[in-house]
Amino acid sequence: MWNPTNKKLDLELVGFALIALLILVVLPLSVDAFRLNLVGKYLTYAFVAVGLVLCWGYTGILSLGQGVFFGLGGYCMAMFLKLEASSVANTKIQSTPGIPDFMDWNQLTELPFFWVPFKSLPFALFAVIAVPAIAAFILSFAMFKRRVGGVYFAIITQAVAAVLTILIIGRQGYTGGINGITDLRTLLGWDIRTDGAKYILYFVCCVLLLGSMFLARFVLSSKLGRLLVAIRDKEDRVRFSGYSVGDFKIFIFCLASAIAAVGGAMFSLQVGFMSPSFVGIVPSIEMVIFCAVGGRHSLVGAVIGTLIVNWAKTSFSETFPELWLFAMGGLFIAVVLAFPRGLAGLFTDQILPLIKRVGMRTGALPKPAPAE
Amino acid sequence: MSNSTDFLLALEGVTVSFDGFKAVNDLNLYIDKGELRVIIGPNGAGKTTVLDLICGRTRVSGGSIKFKDQEITGLKEHEIVRRGIGRKFQTPSIYEDLTVFENLELSIPRGRNVVGALFWQRSEEVVERVHQIAKMIFLFDFLSRSAETLSHGQKQWLEIGMLLIQDPELLMLDEPVAGMSVSERAKTAELLNEIIKHRSVIVIEHDMKFVESIAHRVTVLHQGKILAEGDMDTIQHDPKVKEVYLGH
Ligand SMILES: Nc1ncnc2c1ncn2[C@@H]1O[C@H](COP(=O)(O)OP(=O)(O)OP(=O)(O)O)[C@@H](O)[C@H]1O
Ligand SMILES: [Mg+2]
Repeated sequence: MWNPTNKKLDLELVGFALIALLILVVLPLSVDAFRLNLVGKYLTYAFVAVGLVLCWGYTGILSLGQGVFFGLGGYCMAMFLKLEASSVANTKIQSTPGIPDFMDWNQLTELPFFWVPFKSLPFALFAVIAVPAIAAFILSFAMFKRRVGGVYFAIITQAVAAVLTILIIGRQGYTGGINGITDLRTLLGWDIRTDGAKYILYFVCCVLLLGSMFLARFVLSSKLGRLLVAIRDKEDRVRFSGYSVGDFKIFIFCLASAIAAVGGAMFSLQVGFMSPSFVGIVPSIEMVIFCAVGGRHSLVGAVIGTLIVNWAKTSFSETFPELWLFAMGGLFIAVVLAFPRGLAGLFTDQILPLIKRVGMRTGALPKPAPAE
Repeated sequence: MSNSTDFLLALEGVTVSFDGFKAVNDLNLYIDKGELRVIIGPNGAGKTTVLDLICGRTRVSGGSIKFKDQEITGLKEHEIVRRGIGRKFQTPSIYEDLTVFENLELSIPRGRNVVGALFWQRSEEVVERVHQIAKMIFLFDFLSRSAETLSHGQKQWLEIGMLLIQDPELLMLDEPVAGMSVSERAKTAELLNEIIKHRSVIVIEHDMKFVESIAHRVTVLHQGKILAEGDMDTIQHDPKVKEVYLGH
């Protein structure tokens, strides 16, 4: 079982360094601009996986609706970008110039009130975090204060994902409907569609991801992190030790959701659109699979798992698109049954002891003191 | 019974029914400051339910529970704990994935909100307190061990330690020696006699030998009601008690 010794945390730091090396140096030097942008897209999902390590891996709260928060963050960013792309000059052929094209197609003649503040970049950036965090707070407050947990909570999050998707698709005049918010062009006049911009945005994404990982590490290595494990293990014992368990669950769920939302915003910036296909049930479950494959108790594992599964998905669906969903389902079942702690667990349980043994035989590593 | 302010804990007319079945029925129970009370009774008598009611895990259907002369029915569980009531569960309830040290540290009654827990510092004082309690519960040599590797008896001690570190005024132990070896039982009796010097303790126990070794005052519960109350000698010779419980 998982045991938070200092040694394990040091190993984690090594993992962070390797990830930083991989995404900041190795990949930018070895793949072309198109592929690098693709990696950048994968990395936005890694934010969600990092959040899932916090709430699922450590606290035992399985959310099958993280796409909601990824999507809300992405939409907040996309709304700002869309408004900038819909300047009067760019949209003079519309019957109402100055509003997003899909609104014009849906006979709207005025910008809806909730779009207006998104003309401001500071507000939009604030909303990227605040809107998903508030949504997560309302949902988790309602559930955890009533002691709804486990499978029931997972089902509720699925329902929320389904409802939000239906809402976005149904209200296309306000949301862009099933196509989402597309044709995003500039950020304060800076064209985000060029290779150069994508290159820079990729690095911004990497830095934010590493920042989120360090934030998560700080939380998990604090006493609060140990409390989360305690809650996962014996919720009642924590409660009868004088803690208000609900508060801690709400906190970690909101944090996980806010981190997912940053990923969503980086998605809109790097890929140039946001649509309901990243909000619903299927993408939400996919994100859980990324985390499970990598190892839900490991921040490093979750990021690596996300990269590997997405890379597999891209290569797979280029050749056999119709088989991908089956492959993914199979992968999930295999991981749950054979490696419940994912690749990270495989590494610490199998590969690390092997390295140590080989290291000792060759004399590269000192022999440990004999066990008692 | 005299003025109610003499009691640390007073249950009056407490009743709880599960779908019409009265697990505890019009119960009156008074615990003094510094008292060690043992509650015995056959399976299903309602012993655990009484503890559940006191610590807020189950809500009373009727009656009043006063702690230090203040009504505590209706308070949230963690609020009751913070008033000074600690409770050990019937099956050892510890954090298996954490070390013994961490189990004890998490039980220290400080840094109990989100911000406090996030910026908690493991000070000298904290380490000392954990060491002090670990010695009391015979687990000093096991501090860095993962709690899941402890024996059943050691897990029981650890949970008692997690309560002691909170320094509650009232400690409630549900079958603390269940699953313990004879020598572990003796050590636990010694531990209880130490603990009781500073607080009131309610112990639920089946093991009559153990009860004899610690008991001051015994309450016999049967079908949700008090059947008899008194010192161990009186109880053992009470014909009603013999009939329903000791029976041999
Ligand atoms: N939440 C509940 N819902 C329904 N019935 C319950 C509930 N809790 C307890 N009971 C019933 O109340 C009665 C008393 O149970 P309780 O656990 O208090 O007994 P006990 O004296 O602790 O027994 P034991 O010695 O076996 O631990 C039992 O018949 C039990 O089935
Ligand atoms: Mg019981």
